[in-house]
Amino acid sequence: MAANRLVGRSFCGTRLITMSDLKTKLEILLGVALCVVVLYGFLYLEHEWEIGLLLVILPLAILFLKRANILSDYQQAARTIPRFTLISFIVGVLVLIVLLRDEHFALLMLTTVLLYVTVSLGLTIQFGFAGLVNFAAIAFFGIGAYSMAVLNYHFHALPDLLIILFSGLTSALLGALLILPILRTKGHYAALITIAFGILLRTFLEVNDVFGGPQGLKVGAIEILGWNFSDSFPSVLGGGSFYMAYAIMALLLAAIAYLLTRLIEASWFGLNMDSVRLDEVASASFGINIPRWKITAFMLGNFFAGLAGAIYAAMSGFIAPASFNFSDSLLLVSIVLLGGIGNAVAVIPAALLIVVLPEKFQVIQEYRLLLFGIVVILILRFRPSGLMPRGLRQYFPRSST
Amino acid sequence: MRPVVLKTVELTVSFGGLKALNCLDFELCEGQFLGLIGPNGSGKTTFFNALTGIYSPASGNVFLYGEKITGASPNKVYDYGITRTFQRSRLATPLSVLDNLIIGNQRNLNFGLWQNIFDRKRFKAELKKQTEIAEALLSRFSRDLAALLFKPVSSLSMIDRRRVEVCRALISEPKILLLDEPSAGMTPDETRALMDELQDWRKQHPLLATILIEHEMELINKVSDTCVVLNYGEKIAEGRYSDVATKTSVRAAYLGED
Repeated sequence: MAANRLVGRSFCGTRLITMSDLKTKLEILLGVALCVVVLYGFLYLEHEWEIGLLLVILPLAILFLKRANILSDYQQAARTIPRFTLISFIVGVLVLIVLLRDEHFALLMLTTVLLYVTVSLGLTIQFGFAGLVNFAAIAFFGIGAYSMAVLNYHFHALPDLLIILFSGLTSALLGALLILPILRTKGHYAALITIAFGILLRTFLEVNDVFGGPQGLKVGAIEILGWNFSDSFPSVLGGGSFYMAYAIMALLLAAIAYLLTRLIEASWFGLNMDSVRLDEVASASFGINIPRWKITAFMLGNFFAGLAGAIYAAMSGFIAPASFNFSDSLLLVSIVLLGGIGNAVAVIPAALLIVVLPEKFQVIQEYRLLLFGIVVILILRFRPSGLMPRGLRQYFPRSST
Repeated sequence: MRPVVLKTVELTVSFGGLKALNCLDFELCEGQFLGLIGPNGSGKTTFFNALTGIYSPASGNVFLYGEKITGASPNKVYDYGITRTFQRSRLATPLSVLDNLIIGNQRNLNFGLWQNIFDRKRFKAELKKQTEIAEALLSRFSRDLAALLFKPVSSLSMIDRRRVEVCRALISEPKILLLDEPSAGMTPDETRALMDELQDWRKQHPLLATILIEHEMELINKVSDTCVVLNYGEKIAEGRYSDVATKTSVRAAYLGED
């Protein structure tokens, strides 16, 4: 309903409602509802054949929408209505959370997807905008998680939101250690540095007893204004699994990260980052301070990863070095590649596919990396700009320019 | 005589044992259009790269209005008001024409965090201003091109790309413009059209000093006030094209001794 009202307002505000507007409005509402239903099925269904069926129907449905020109209506809406994507994302996921309120496992998956979306948005800024390949995303996620564990234990009096913020900052600051070597190297070499960092961090955590060694650490639940997130959802609000609180928090984080990423893209910041990625010599000749934009992108991306890691740690209640494998970093990079490098919206469906599919198909789980390797190769070979290629920069919704 | 804008004294750039530029003395005056010619590998582009801070000179000095700017970084050189085009087009091809031009106007952009991310109204006003500047500049060169402001550069023809590159160098209203073989990849007619457009711009900005690297001698003859001829990193001749072209040393450099 909220989507309807908001969409309606932005339409009414600019011009009179005509029949075609009404049709578009209905279409948009139906589309968001359809997405929610599909996602619900995707997260709720357990039998492999059910999911398989869904996966067969989904492309057909998308094809149908494309044929019926409904898909282009969506693209139009996303281009002209301010914050269209963001609002439908928030409303859709909120509805989904309410629908799944008693399903622990489905909510856990949804929260993981949202946290991965946040990290992937960080990678979008680093890799998609500034051209910095980061193969240590999970390491920065891990730094956030460990900061959460340690800070929460030692400074219990501090509000948890502040601790989450500190965890993000710790991640960004430790990432600053890599800035000098990354600024001095290019391409593959910069990638190698991040790989080395990820592996070093894991070893460091394993041999340090302060951080629990290989056994890991317990993490206290998030507590905001006396509400402990590990209790079931308050019955005043309809009750439900304790994962609901984390899911809502992860949704908020993902929404903020998405908004920030889009704002950066639609400002001189994004313009300069793109320029740095595309041609350093030309950028420098036009006064662009290359280190400044690389550092900004790198720190901001790691900040996102750290925030997501902190929420992840509190939700799982326990973290160990083994939860932050190099293979997870690869997974995150493949989310960005699959979606479309530099396209902030694209990481949402891509994260969903890459996180949820292996959970649903046990066969895939075992050969996960092998299959994703194949997917990445196929994408790079046949559709190098991803499933949803990034378009030209749009500074403002078109109707208002 | 007009004041000297740019001056190099014994400028030397070496790559290992090779001296790509050897003790080059050079002067450029306000409003002057200077043609820089010489056979392949004679150090013309190296000279541009040394001026713009891409290479750092082994010895010698560069002066801008008498102030020493030797070894300044490319950023600084841009801030001093020296811009350039590249021999092989170096535009950001996936970005729009507008984006490419705005990149050229760095000096006049506000990079405050507040305005860029939070105060979007003010950002919009600045964007509008930049768009108007870019559109006005482009339409001086080609009205058809100005209509393609929101199209990706990758969709443009070669001559339009060159125009965008020249406009990107001009949008910040530099004091010195360095053109590195703008005719490469274009037909003689297209080159002539581009040069006419450029001359038109220079009429309104009489102080702009230009250095043009070019292999098309007819063009050099037509547009340049004076010429400098380089060979093996050294200046072998200087003066009006008609005088320079008849010199035996210049002929020998191009055609070989007999």
